[in-house]
Amino acid sequence: MATKTRRYSARDVTVLVIGLGVAVIVNVGLIWGPTLASVGLSGTDWGGIGPIEWIGGRNYHDLAAEYPPFWSAVRNNVVWLGFLGLVATPFGLFCAVLLDRRLRLSRVYQSALYLPVVLSLAVVGFIAQLVYSSDYGVLNAVTGLSVDWLGDSSINIWVVMVAAAWRHVGYVMIIYLAGLKAVDPALKEAAAIDGANERQAFFLVVFPTLRPINVIVLVITVIEALRAFDIVYAINKGRNGLELLSVLVTENIVGEASRIGFGSAIAVILLVISLGFIVTYLSQLFREER
Amino acid sequence: MTLTAPPAAPPSQARRPPSRRRAGPLRVLLHAFLALVALGWLLPLALAVYASLRPYDETARLGYLSLPENLTLDYYAQAWTQAELPRYYLNTLIIVVPGVVVTLLLASFTAFAIARLRIPGRKTLLIVFTAGNLLPPQVLITPLYTLYTMIPLPAWLSDSQSLYDSYLGLILIHVAFQFGFCVFVLANFMRTIPEEISEAALVDGAGVWKRYWRLTLPLCRPALAALSTLQFTWMYNDFLWALVLMSSGDKLPVTSALNNLRGQFFTDYNLLAAGSVLVALPTLIVFQLLHKQFVAGLTLGSTKG
Repeated sequence: MATKTRRYSARDVTVLVIGLGVAVIVNVGLIWGPTLASVGLSGTDWGGIGPIEWIGGRNYHDLAAEYPPFWSAVRNNVVWLGFLGLVATPFGLFCAVLLDRRLRLSRVYQSALYLPVVLSLAVVGFIAQLVYSSDYGVLNAVTGLSVDWLGDSSINIWVVMVAAAWRHVGYVMIIYLAGLKAVDPALKEAAAIDGANERQAFFLVVFPTLRPINVIVLVITVIEALRAFDIVYAINKGRNGLELLSVLVTENIVGEASRIGFGSAIAVILLVISLGFIVTYLSQLFREER
Repeated sequence: MTLTAPPAAPPSQARRPPSRRRAGPLRVLLHAFLALVALGWLLPLALAVYASLRPYDETARLGYLSLPENLTLDYYAQAWTQAELPRYYLNTLIIVVPGVVVTLLLASFTAFAIARLRIPGRKTLLIVFTAGNLLPPQVLITPLYTLYTMIPLPAWLSDSQSLYDSYLGLILIHVAFQFGFCVFVLANFMRTIPEEISEAALVDGAGVWKRYWRLTLPLCRPALAALSTLQFTWMYNDFLWALVLMSSGDKLPVTSALNNLRGQFFTDYNLLAAGSVLVALPTLIVFQLLHKQFVAGLTLGSTKG
């Protein structure tokens, strides 16, 4: 305290208190406060108006036992995560590796891959309709099939994930490309001298040094999979096979249902899963810093 | 792995022959593959543009995958007037411009305090702020919605007389939600600025505000440019906050206004395609013009400057 008063004048302290105070109030008031309130509300049967009654874990029990959309949403979120993590992310990495060399037109390829990232997911959802629609869609016209890609609840999640991957690949590619550029070229050269072929050099030498990037990409993938919302909402409001946890939360609180306690319980499940990954991510980041 | 640094000359000699050999067919294959992927990536967007240029009865007859008989810009004019796009663009600007500016101001000051001043608990603050940005929005949306309906605002600020359904409410949540990411990026960036500059100013007796506003902020221009490009795109593309925290149709941002082009019983998809292209246009332009800033913004955040 003594050193602080010596270094900062009264005016400095005022500036700091106001600046940081606003930041903390906004952050706590609009982000962490509501997050904690979600946890609290998930133990009640509040409907938006009237008295709040504590019902303990009943929402969670109802969720698991008497609310079929919950399990299809969990399934869809897991499938979504699997698809992004096992297909889209490796493909993004693959493209980054291919682009990480002196290539003519490299910028053009990068821009093309990266373009969907700047599009609103509402627009992506609409483009998906142009491609997949059963009567006028291009996919059926090209293949000669007459499949209702978006209406058939057993396949629509897969084709929507392809649209989501369309965005995800570019995102991952850019991040890996930046990571690869930072790898010491001497490492690769040394591996080449030791007789490693390109694939060995990548998997044995380059890939291990990308560990921090891998953690970041993993977290981005998980967070994106948990946040997925706009695209299914733009297509059919997230019904009929396109249920996701994020959609169920929104569904239960917006509109006539207004089952706030119940919606919060779904939100808390989302929170617990994401916090696990957020903590992993941050501990990685801040350990690096030391 | 035991890799000893070899002398400089041999490696280039040793490496050259193999790369020469591969310059032929493999290069071609590589280009062919990348070109194919790039084309595949552009195709859906090209399809939307193509559909928007053709009359409905033609595509209804021939399908979207057909050669054009007529090409017209009529749908753009129609989307522009029928969906009242100018008004919604304006709505978006009213939300996004203050959103980006306030976020960057607040975040840069916070980052300055965290990276440059030895304030107590700075690490905790940074962790809490960064983590807040990573939460799925749905986690906080219910109480936020309730909170917004309970906070009164004077009528001149919001005709709903509460934070709910007001521009201010949307700006605030954008600021709060994007703040963490910006603090994180800027704090990392400021750490790379040599401490001596600040130290010299300290000897000169400069106060905290002056060190922030006059000395640190101008040096952060690259990071601020990258972040504002990124934040513009993210806030522009937002769909969820407006959906939950707005109710009057005429105050919605442009991304949500797309739905106005859907009829109740019949939707002209070519018109919707034109609307989508118009909605996507600003971000595409920003992306083309500020490609470097955009990529820098993302990678600054992910690979710690």
